[in-house]
Amino acid sequence: MDNKLNLNQALVDQARASAAKVADDVQSFIDVHTTVTVERAVCRLLGIDGVNDVDVPLPNVVVDHLQEKNLLSGGAAFYVGNAMAEYGITPQQIAERINTGELDLSRVPVHTPAQIRAAIMPVAQDTTERIRGNVRRRNEFLKAFGDKEGPYLYVICATGNIYEDITQAKAAAKQGADIIAVIRTTGQSLLDYVPFGATTEGFGGTYATQENFRLMRAALDEVGKEEKRYIRLCNYCSGLCMPEIAAMGALERLDVMLNDALYGILFRDINMQRTIVDQYFSRVINSFAGVIINTGEDNYLTTDDAIESAHTVLASQFLNEAFALKAGLREEQQGLGHAFEMDPAVENTFLYELAQAQMARQIFPKAPLKYMPPTKFMTGNIFRGHVQDALFNMVTIITGQKLHLLGMLTEAIHTPFMSDRALSIENAQYIFRTMKDFGNDIIFKPNGIMENRANEVLTKAADLLKEIEKLGLFSTLEKGIFADVKRPRDGGKGLAGVVMKGSEYFNPFIELMKGGVAE
Amino acid sequence: MSSGLYNTHKTDFDTTLDLTKIKPYGDTMNDGKVQTSFTLPIKDDERAVEAARQIARKMGLEEPNVAYHAALDKNFTFFVVYGSCVHTVNYNDIKVITVEEETMSMDQINDYIREHFGRKIVVVGASTGTDAHTVGIDAILNRKGFAGHYGLERYEMVESHNLGSSLPNEEFVKKALELKADVLLVSQTVTQKDVHIKNLTELIELLEAEGLRDKFVLCCGGPRITHELAKELGYDAGFGPGKYADDVATFFVTELDKRGLIKK
Repeated sequence: MDNKLNLNQALVDQARASAAKVADDVQSFIDVHTTVTVERAVCRLLGIDGVNDVDVPLPNVVVDHLQEKNLLSGGAAFYVGNAMAEYGITPQQIAERINTGELDLSRVPVHTPAQIRAAIMPVAQDTTERIRGNVRRRNEFLKAFGDKEGPYLYVICATGNIYEDITQAKAAAKQGADIIAVIRTTGQSLLDYVPFGATTEGFGGTYATQENFRLMRAALDEVGKEEKRYIRLCNYCSGLCMPEIAAMGALERLDVMLNDALYGILFRDINMQRTIVDQYFSRVINSFAGVIINTGEDNYLTTDDAIESAHTVLASQFLNEAFALKAGLREEQQGLGHAFEMDPAVENTFLYELAQAQMARQIFPKAPLKYMPPTKFMTGNIFRGHVQDALFNMVTIITGQKLHLLGMLTEAIHTPFMSDRALSIENAQYIFRTMKDFGNDIIFKPNGIMENRANEVLTKAADLLKEIEKLGLFSTLEKGIFADVKRPRDGGKGLAGVVMKGSEYFNPFIELMKGGVAE
Repeated sequence: MSSGLYNTHKTDFDTTLDLTKIKPYGDTMNDGKVQTSFTLPIKDDERAVEAARQIARKMGLEEPNVAYHAALDKNFTFFVVYGSCVHTVNYNDIKVITVEEETMSMDQINDYIREHFGRKIVVVGASTGTDAHTVGIDAILNRKGFAGHYGLERYEMVESHNLGSSLPNEEFVKKALELKADVLLVSQTVTQKDVHIKNLTELIELLEAEGLRDKFVLCCGGPRITHELAKELGYDAGFGPGKYADDVATFFVTELDKRGLIKK
C-alpha cells in the first residue's frame, strides 16, 4: 500500500524493534516454564477427553494428578508417554485409570526418552494430521466458493443456548455475515477448566465447549454450502484456558480466535506469568491450524479515553505482533485490534478515527486488522446509534479494515436480536457498496489534521515502547501503563498453575506445530 | 411507498390536551401515533403481514400500517409497524420515586464531606456476581470518569476502591468490612434473563443475614437499573443511564448525613 498518510518510517521501525526486544526478553521466561492449562492442552491433543462422574474433565484429572505428585515440571507428554511405553495403552485409557485410582504415574518405571517419544509421537502425529485435514477442508471450501474480497462482516450470537445460537447464526449467515462469533458465557474466562458437552444455559453468552464448537461448525458448513460462501467461526481463546481452547478450535476447525497476549492480565486479573506462557502455546496452535487471531486492544478504550490513549493501542499492536511472530504466527493471521470509541461530543473525532485506522493499515500492511464498533458512547438512542455505526462502517471501507465487527443499534440495551443483526448487515453492505473505492480515490492532505494526528500517536507509541523496552513487560504492567490498570507480578489468578520445566520436559506439539500453517 | 406519505386521515378526535388521558403524539394532539418493530417466526408473505397487523391491534394499535417487512430467514420475518394507540394514562395520578437531591459539583461534595464528616468517605465498588463488565463501575470510579464528569477517584474527600469484576457477593462484603466502607456501589451490566435481579437480591439477603445492611449506604447501577427497582430490591438508591459520579456522590453524602452514619 502507498504511504497515504506520510508516516515517519524511522519511528515505525524503532517501535517495532523495541517491541521485538520486549518479546525476546519475555520469551526467555516462556521457554523455561509451563502451566496447568498448557499441559491440559497437550492432554487434549493426545486425545484425552470426557469428564468423570463429578464432571471434572479428564485433562484436569491427569494434570491435577501430575501436580499432586509433583510431576508437572516434566510435562504431560513425558509421563503419559512413559505410561504408554510401560502398559501399551492409549492416553485416554491412562486418564481413565488415573481417575479410578488404578494408575499412579509417579510409580511407573521410567523409560528412556527415546522409548517415551516412540510411544507418544505417533499419537501426536495423528492429531496434527487431523488438524491438517481441517486446514485442507477449509482451503477446499475457500477454493470452491472463493474468499470474500473486502471486509468480513463479523457478528456475534449470545443466547446462552447453543441450539438457539445456531438458529441465529444461520439467519445471520443468510443475511450476509461472514464470521459468526459465539460469545462465551460471562465468567468462563475465570474457570480453570473447560466444560464438556452441548450446553443450553449461559449468561450473556454460551459456554465454549468442544461439542458446542462441533455443532456450530456443522451448522455453518451447512448454511455455507447453501449460500456458496465459507462462513467462518470464531470463539474466545482467552482466560485461564487459552491453549486448551486453541486445541479444541484446531480440532473442530474454528477459523478465528480472540487471542491477546495481555488482555487476560489487564481485564480479567489473570496472573501475568501465567498468561504470558499460556498465550505462547495457544498461538503456536492457532498458527498451525490457520486460525486468524484477534487481539483485544479495543478493550483499552472502554476503560481509558480513546483520544488520549490512542498510542497505547498502537503500542499494544506492536507488542501483539512481536509475540505472535515469536510463536510462529504469520502476519496474515494477525487480526490486530482497535476500535471506534471516541466521544461523539468532541469535534473532529471522525478525522482522528480515520487517521488511527489508516495508520494501523499502513503500519501492519499484511495483517487482517480487526475493527470494533462503538460501544462506550452508545446510549440506547437506537436512531443515533445506527448513525454512529454508519460512521464506523465508513472508516472500515475507506481504510481497508478486514475483520469488521458489526455495531448493533441496540448496543447497551440487550444482546442482539435477529433483526438487529439484519439491520446492521444492511447498513454495512450499503456503505461498503456505495463507498467501495472511496479510499483509493482520496489522498490525505499533507500536514493536515489527520496526518499530524497519526504522527503524534505514532511518536507517543514509539516513546512508550522505548520505555517498556527499558522496564521490561512485567514492570510495565505493574506500573499500570496499559488501560490505566496496575497488576502485580505475583498477583491475580492462576499463578499456582505455573511451574519451571524440568530437564525431562518436552512438548511434542510445539515441535510438530511451530513454524507455520499446516498444509 | 406510494401511499401514506401525507396524513389524509380525518382528525375527528378531540385534539385538546387532557392530562388525565394522555396518549402518544405524532403530529396532532391525541393522534396516538406509535412506531414499533418486531420479528415473527413465520415466512414472509401476505399472511405474515396480516399476522403482524393482528399483533399490532392486540397491542392496542388502531389502523396498523405495516410500513416494511423483510425476511430474516426462511421462517423469520421483520416488521416495522405504525398505528394509533388506543390506550391513555392519567398523568396527574403518576407518582415516581426518584433520587431528588440537587446534584452537587465535585468541589461542593468535597466541602460537604469536610463540613459534615471531617474525614474521607470510604467507597467500595465492584461489578458483582458473574458480571465481567467493568464499564459501569469504571465510569463512576475511574479518575477520568465519563462524559466530562470526574470519577470518585478524583474526589479529594473520597477514598475509593474499585474491586473490579466478577466478584462474588461474599467476597464483596468481606472486602467492604476490611476496608471499613461507608458506601457500597454495585454495578450490573450484563442483564440477560434478569440475572442482575437475582444477584442484587442475593447481596441484600447476605447483608441482612449478617446484620450489616444498616451499616452502609448501598447503591446499585447499570443500564437496566432504575431508582424504583433499586428501592424495591432493598437498596438505598439506583442509578441508570445518564447518571454520573456526582449524582451518586450527592446521594450518598446526603444519605450518610440523614442517617447519621458518621459522627464528626
